[in-house]
Amino acid sequence: MYAFDIERPTTIGDAVSALGHEEAQALGGGQTLIPTLKQRLAAPAKLVSLTGISEMKGICTADDGKLCIGGGTCHADVAAGAGAYPALADLAGHIGDPAVRNRGTIGGSLANNDPSACYPSAVLGSGATVITSNREIAADDFFDGMFTTALEDGEIITEVRFPVPEKASYQKFEQPASRFALVGVFVAKYPDGVRVAVTGASEGGVFRWSEAEAALSANFAPEAIEGLSVDGSGMISDLHGSGDYRAHLVAVMTRRAVAAAH
Amino acid sequence: MPKDGGIGASTKRREDVRFLTGNGNYTDDINLRGQAYVHFLRSDVAHGLINKVDTEAASAMPGVLRIFTGADFEGVGSIPCGWQVTDRFGEVMQEPAHPVLAQGKVRHVGDPIAAIVAETYMQARDAAEAIEYDIDELPAVVNMKDALKEGAPKVHDDLTSNLCYDWGFVEENKAAVNEAFEKAAHVTTLELVNNRLIANPMEPRVAVGDFNRSTGDHTLYTTSQNPHVIRLLMGAFVLGIAEHKLRVVSPDVGGGFGTKIFHYAEEAFCTFAAKALNRPVKWTSTRSEAFMSDAHGRDHVTKIELALDKDNNFTALRTDTYANMGAYLSTFAPSVPTWLHGTLMAGNYKTPLIYVNVKAVFTNTVPVDAYRGAGRPEATYQLERVIDKAARELGVDPIALRRQNFITEFPYATPVAVEYDTGDYHATMDKLQEIGDVSGFEARRKASEAKGKLRGLGINCYIEACGIAPSNLVGQLGARAGLYESATVRVNATGGLVVMTGSHSHGQGHETAFPQVIAEMIGIDASMVEIIHGDTNNGPMGMGTYGSRSLAVGGSAMVRATEKIINKAKKIAAHLMEASEADIELKDGAFSVAGTDKSVAWGDVTLAAYVPHNYPLEDIEPGLEETAFYDPSNFTYPSGAYACEVEVDPETGKVTIERFAAADDFGNIVNPMIVSGQVHGGIGQGIGQALLEACAYDENGQLQTGSYMDYAMPRADDVPFYTVDHSCQTPCTHNPLGVKGCGEAGAIGSPPAVVNAVIDALQSGGKNVTHIDMPLSPSRVWAAMQG
Amino acid sequence: MPQVNMTVNGKSASGQIEGRTLLVEFLRETLGLTGTHVGCDTSQCGACVVHVDGKAVKACTMFAAEAEGAEVLTIESMAAPDGTLNTIQQAFQDHHGLQCGFCTPGMVMSAAALLKENPKPTEAEVRDYLEGNICRCTGYHNIVKAILAASGQDVSAIAAE
Repeated sequence: MYAFDIERPTTIGDAVSALGHEEAQALGGGQTLIPTLKQRLAAPAKLVSLTGISEMKGICTADDGKLCIGGGTCHADVAAGAGAYPALADLAGHIGDPAVRNRGTIGGSLANNDPSACYPSAVLGSGATVITSNREIAADDFFDGMFTTALEDGEIITEVRFPVPEKASYQKFEQPASRFALVGVFVAKYPDGVRVAVTGASEGGVFRWSEAEAALSANFAPEAIEGLSVDGSGMISDLHGSGDYRAHLVAVMTRRAVAAAH
Repeated sequence: MPKDGGIGASTKRREDVRFLTGNGNYTDDINLRGQAYVHFLRSDVAHGLINKVDTEAASAMPGVLRIFTGADFEGVGSIPCGWQVTDRFGEVMQEPAHPVLAQGKVRHVGDPIAAIVAETYMQARDAAEAIEYDIDELPAVVNMKDALKEGAPKVHDDLTSNLCYDWGFVEENKAAVNEAFEKAAHVTTLELVNNRLIANPMEPRVAVGDFNRSTGDHTLYTTSQNPHVIRLLMGAFVLGIAEHKLRVVSPDVGGGFGTKIFHYAEEAFCTFAAKALNRPVKWTSTRSEAFMSDAHGRDHVTKIELALDKDNNFTALRTDTYANMGAYLSTFAPSVPTWLHGTLMAGNYKTPLIYVNVKAVFTNTVPVDAYRGAGRPEATYQLERVIDKAARELGVDPIALRRQNFITEFPYATPVAVEYDTGDYHATMDKLQEIGDVSGFEARRKASEAKGKLRGLGINCYIEACGIAPSNLVGQLGARAGLYESATVRVNATGGLVVMTGSHSHGQGHETAFPQVIAEMIGIDASMVEIIHGDTNNGPMGMGTYGSRSLAVGGSAMVRATEKIINKAKKIAAHLMEASEADIELKDGAFSVAGTDKSVAWGDVTLAAYVPHNYPLEDIEPGLEETAFYDPSNFTYPSGAYACEVEVDPETGKVTIERFAAADDFGNIVNPMIVSGQVHGGIGQGIGQALLEACAYDENGQLQTGSYMDYAMPRADDVPFYTVDHSCQTPCTHNPLGVKGCGEAGAIGSPPAVVNAVIDALQSGGKNVTHIDMPLSPSRVWAAMQG
Repeated sequence: MPQVNMTVNGKSASGQIEGRTLLVEFLRETLGLTGTHVGCDTSQCGACVVHVDGKAVKACTMFAAEAEGAEVLTIESMAAPDGTLNTIQQAFQDHHGLQCGFCTPGMVMSAAALLKENPKPTEAEVRDYLEGNICRCTGYHNIVKAILAASGQDVSAIAAE
């Protein structure tokens, strides 16, 4: 790692002002950032740790029924505390491993937008709203390709608000080494339609599979998407699977998510 | 049996207490006063000419003590290779130099260009980025067959080609083998890859060099499986330090699996730099660094052909293998695809004619050397896969085809130069069918099919040559060292014993198992015996631990030394009891005179040896300490039969191991608990090779699997509980304990079982798949199913 | 250099650190608690697992500065003051759940966290919980068995030694 200073603000306001300095970078749970720093792939002059900000932690249900999760809430706490949205709790409970889940946060995961991360599919698949230190961003506007989001420099994810669907499921097919999603599909059935979000597969990062959404909105059953497929050409192709394999898995995992949705 | 465990007792391991409480003493736990830290600047290209390495700016960075480059090692020896293979034309192999730091050229990603020594590790690493270097990247050779093509870029410009050797075995049999293939009723052919692996002991390598200017004594603390061998190789061949001025210590070592056998440049560097700077110098590998600096394993590309007569008897076997050596010859690399592989091609079968060809090839990749099993897994995999394929082609039961061709009479001289002393392959197969509930498989298959899964059963046998090795034999085969083992048994005045062994424990439990042997021999508690290992200043020259040799060779040396102790103690006892030495018996820790009630306790005799007041000084010396060197007269030949049951998800290609059974014949067993643990671990690694692990390079020689993010290590949820059995015991006929060795069996026997099972599953589902190269990852299995 | 203060194994501990000092470096190098190991640099092997404020974390993937004021427990705290092994440690010895010992501290710390959350886990739950702890020696058989035994469950039916 290159040398840097660490600050540990205790309020969102202090964190925002600390991040106002040039070459300052936010540090969530650090489960991706710290390994990246070890490889010297990032060189912040200052890290602003968000783990000491209690107002960014916790889970509650808003008056409109949405499940609100603080941006600094770790995966283990979401797994244990998001019972109102079982598919989301289940997703959080299978990110990384237990020790990673005790540190990694939802805000950190979303801000990083790793193309193989789980959370982006839940946020996009739920049509959630990302609340930041200065605005609200709809999920459809938040993700902007691999490792890229609508966040501006110094902007912190303080909360994510999930509308709770009638039923939902996340099905992950793990890359054998990293255990990240080789393909993960989040399916959520809302009164006004079904959303299907796919992570791990595309070179463009998390995406909605609109063809499947249309078919499932008409008939929420695995067989509704028989014959549908995504194009393998835009899919990631690497040691762990070709684009065609990932495209195939998108359909398989989508069917399984529909079958498992509750 | 002694009350706290002799031979055959599952004594709990005494070493566990320190490991379980955080009190182990691993090399990275050693910090010496005034210690400096080294970071190696490593090549990020696979092949290139070094034009310039400018360290001036970096040398001025905070904390930097000195930066070394290849030029600092002019006149220093090359990292040596310990084995010289003679090719099929009678020529010795091509053997390139291997400098401590790269000189002129870099030859693989990870080849060290410079070494920065600084007050702290971070300062050294910071300074590395200030080194200005200029490397002209050259085309790299990665694929072995491409490397042998006319005009291919040469890894070493001073060699005639990238061919290390072209080895034929047994060359004189070649014509007869070819003739047998002409006459065969059936020939089965299989082309396969034995995937390149990275050993990945959980403790990364560490070296700490120390130098005492006032005495001229060097000390190296290193994560080695054989500190004496490192002392000899590094002292004599690289740095020119006489052994009496060089101490090598390998304290607690966190796993080895072969990759910690070898002498590495970082060890020589730390020893060299400690003298140059007159300060201790420490290097701790990161895992990322380990991926590009630890010797890799396997990496064979093979075509194997099996000839059968009309009655399905094996009549001949012919193989053609390309073996990757990487960019330099690691310590034992040339022996792995030859003498540890070709000699095992008979397997458990009485195939009368065998010819093995191996072309060893230099490429722009990390050196490749022994990894758990070393050559024997490669032999077993290809043989057991081709037999399985033959059974399918012929429509016969794979177990029956194997049984029909088993060797049943011992000793058995194979056509590949070794003589199996003992074994009972039907017995281990019988045991396997029982513990694996093979007869219940069809019912389990139906249950899997009802869930939409394909289920397969894979069976195979294995044999290995362990107890490495008879020195005169390996000398003829090209070894540049003897492969005996040593032990000094020191009895203290009050009767406790200390055994200094040349074997090294890095997980095998020697500290527990070795005392069980002595306890049994003398009839005392095992707690009276302490094992010392891993320090060249503490004990005689030893050869270390690998090749499942520690108990068979090191244990035998300990037995021989203990026999000398007992013989001398009997003389003392005879004197004390005024009896004839011939009448003295040792039982339950007491010496008695046959036919009388006279006896003296073990402790009375040992005390007399050190307080020789009433002592036959005219006949024997005081003291009770003996050393023995044991050189085995043959290899040992553990064997066994393994069964794996898998389920394949036909939609995703994902394979899960549902059951795994192993029936092994290790001869006599000292500690069954430890033996089972060794088998479990080997199976875990074998499943890893079969399903998960692959070290991959791209066409430019970039390492694509540079961390655990891409190199898939087996996790707890990748494997089931295993059913293992070692009750079939045909004791080794030529060592005093009748033991054969168990450390590598699991890793040798398991990969073909897994692959055979997956092929069986796919064929049961109507897929015409006859082979998939390891690892059988979901994507590969799915692709194979698509046809 | 800033100072960090925390409680480690029940004793207050403080030291000078850099921003980039990892918790595991502080434990091993500043405090000399070398039982916590480093086996990888991508947060996967779990040899460095310790407990911070009662939760299992990877000490190689947390900065020392972030443990300011925290209660940290390492492998060195697990046995009784007189050296008696705790239930989990004893089960690992009884069932040969370790060989080279390098992953062992992390395994024990993870097992302790598991049994706190789930006192009677199934085999599948144990295997799942160990996703972040890699062992290269044991093939996991005896680790899983030891943890089941430590939870008080009968493991006699699991394939013998």
